[in-house]
Amino acid sequence: MEQLVRGLPKPPSLKTLREMPPLARREFRNGMLFLSPWIIGFLIFTLIPMVATLIFSFMDIKITDGVLNPPRFVGLDNYIKLIHDNAVWNMRPNSTPGALWVTIRFGLIALPVGIFLPLLLALLMNNKYLKGQSFFRSMFYMPYIIPFVASVFLWGGVLNPETGWVNRILMSMGVPYEKLPGWANDINWVYPTYVIMGIWGIGNAMLTMLAGIQSVPTDLYDAAKVDGAGKFATFWNVTFPMISPVIFYNLTLSIVGLFQYFLVPLVVNAGTGRPGGATMFYNLYLYKQFFTNQNMSYGSTLAWLLFLVILLVTIVLFSTARFWVYYASENP
Amino acid sequence: MDVMNATLRRIKIKKNLNAAFVTAFTAALLAIYLMPFVYMILTSLKTPTQITIMGSPIYPADIPTFTFNGENTNTYTFQVNRGGTLTELVIDMSDYAGKRLDLYTVPLPDGTTRNLALVAGFQRESIFIDPENPAADPILWTGGYYKSLSRPWIFSPTWSNYARVWRDIDYPRMLWNTFFYAFTTTIGVLVSCIIVAFGFSRFRFPGRDFLFIVLISTIFLPGAVTVIPTFTFFTQIGWVGTWLPLIVPSFFANAYDTFLLRQYFMTLPHELDEAAMMDGASPLRILTSVIIPQSYPAIVAVTVFHVVWAWNDYFGPLIYLSTRMDLQPVSVALARFNGIYGQQPQYIQAGALMTLIIPLILFFAAQRFFVQGIVITGVEK
Repeated sequence: MEQLVRGLPKPPSLKTLREMPPLARREFRNGMLFLSPWIIGFLIFTLIPMVATLIFSFMDIKITDGVLNPPRFVGLDNYIKLIHDNAVWNMRPNSTPGALWVTIRFGLIALPVGIFLPLLLALLMNNKYLKGQSFFRSMFYMPYIIPFVASVFLWGGVLNPETGWVNRILMSMGVPYEKLPGWANDINWVYPTYVIMGIWGIGNAMLTMLAGIQSVPTDLYDAAKVDGAGKFATFWNVTFPMISPVIFYNLTLSIVGLFQYFLVPLVVNAGTGRPGGATMFYNLYLYKQFFTNQNMSYGSTLAWLLFLVILLVTIVLFSTARFWVYYASENP
Repeated sequence: MDVMNATLRRIKIKKNLNAAFVTAFTAALLAIYLMPFVYMILTSLKTPTQITIMGSPIYPADIPTFTFNGENTNTYTFQVNRGGTLTELVIDMSDYAGKRLDLYTVPLPDGTTRNLALVAGFQRESIFIDPENPAADPILWTGGYYKSLSRPWIFSPTWSNYARVWRDIDYPRMLWNTFFYAFTTTIGVLVSCIIVAFGFSRFRFPGRDFLFIVLISTIFLPGAVTVIPTFTFFTQIGWVGTWLPLIVPSFFANAYDTFLLRQYFMTLPHELDEAAMMDGASPLRILTSVIIPQSYPAIVAVTVFHVVWAWNDYFGPLIYLSTRMDLQPVSVALARFNGIYGQQPQYIQAGALMTLIIPLILFFAAQRFFVQGIVITGVEK
């Protein structure tokens, strides 16, 4: 966060507001005036709803048969229910996995792909032997702008167990029919399927990483060469530290996105959690509590747990940053 | 001298080899990466039979047949090898009158290859007639299993799949809805984010940096933590089932676009706005006549990103317009369509093409601005 505001002249502190000279007071008034669209929007669409969600989580608000039950204060009841909710926590093998466990299990596959694939592609795009760099760069980025519903159906078509090209190719290579992957309907293949369906989303990460790689000063590479560093040593000691802020940024966004993942299972497996509850992601479970079960208070409780988990993960991530993320201007 | 030239030439050859290898590898990777587009186009032009039949080509192809009109009514007796044993087979050609016979590309003993119509097929030998001369005697072909023969496929696209989807999801209306959504929210985003970004980049006042950090943190805030009261509130004031819950919030600035514009505004020199200020121009005047005219690349970048975002948006329209199918944008309509025609890939792929075509055109028309926009935001990270 610090590096976002660094390099700007420090504004005066809030304490001196009253004894500000007229010019500074006008600056404050004008500045706040220009920020007001965002401040008002932030209050109405973010801060007040967040507080309301917190209040809902201490109440019992449900709609049964289209009628709102009279809301009442129930203290920590929803949180106690949450602690005992098997549908969230269950990690036992050979049973329907809990929504949080589903999310984490998927993340163990999706996160490495989401970081390393764009990084490898960016390195390939930066390869000095590659002809037509700008063509390849924009073609690998291009699917990023395809609406996700369409890209899910495109990959879903290619991966269709009966009519898709991938299984046709596997069959022509001699894989017997019973051994063909069932992809989105197959409990062992559904996570790889989702990862493949999300592969077109890497364009943005690839371009930011590429911009990072290209902004590494060439004299650093020259210095590494003089020191006799090999290709891997150069990457590890020069390129990686220099692009670590970009990787850190993409990793943070990916983890935050992971905990909110639900649109793909909603569209591909109709939000049912099929096959075998493997796609009942945490955020999907949350939305079902609200939109299907019309249980606002339990949905709000799940939302606050989600918020706290994301906050905690972000804090942990930011606290590890000083061990591996390198900001050039901070270490002159 | 010669030695040096030879060495130089060797280095050059090595370089060209490396370039050829790396470029070919990347091209192969790209082909796999973009393969679903090819699948989409080819599948959207097929009939259900063309999709399911085994061994059919990947392009939409008609299964070639020949209709025998009974030009020959004789009866023939053949000695046929039916999987090891010779059996007598009686073929009465009049039985086949009016029947559609499958065509195969048959290599004949005389070295020629002809398209023949199958009358009776077995594991080792089969009986064909010549469609060019149907009155002639049937031919006993002894070249092996007829199913291993290739077939003379005819390229035959089914364009009516598009017409069907166009009608079924009321495509013109969905397209208009999407366009309307993208257009109105782009106005909202541009007006509000330019104003707020100007506030963050051109004024110095206490609390500004704190507010900026709050703005950036909203990128990491899960939508779930605000959606329940917001949805309930919009239900109470009767906005659910209208465009308002989707359009109105766009007029209150969002973190991504404000950030992009602020980064760009900060790169603009202060001299011009200071000069304008000396001339007594108001801040709003400075924004409209000094900052905005210098910021077209960033403004276009925000516009194209936002239009793509609006075209992609699914969840907002889904929850607020679920009762009003006539107001839904294409992505919601496509997902609903999939619920009905999930087993008919040709319709789904045609619908997907109709959903992605506009953003795709926009991308190729405004490529430069997409890359630029990412670079603007990418620099500081």
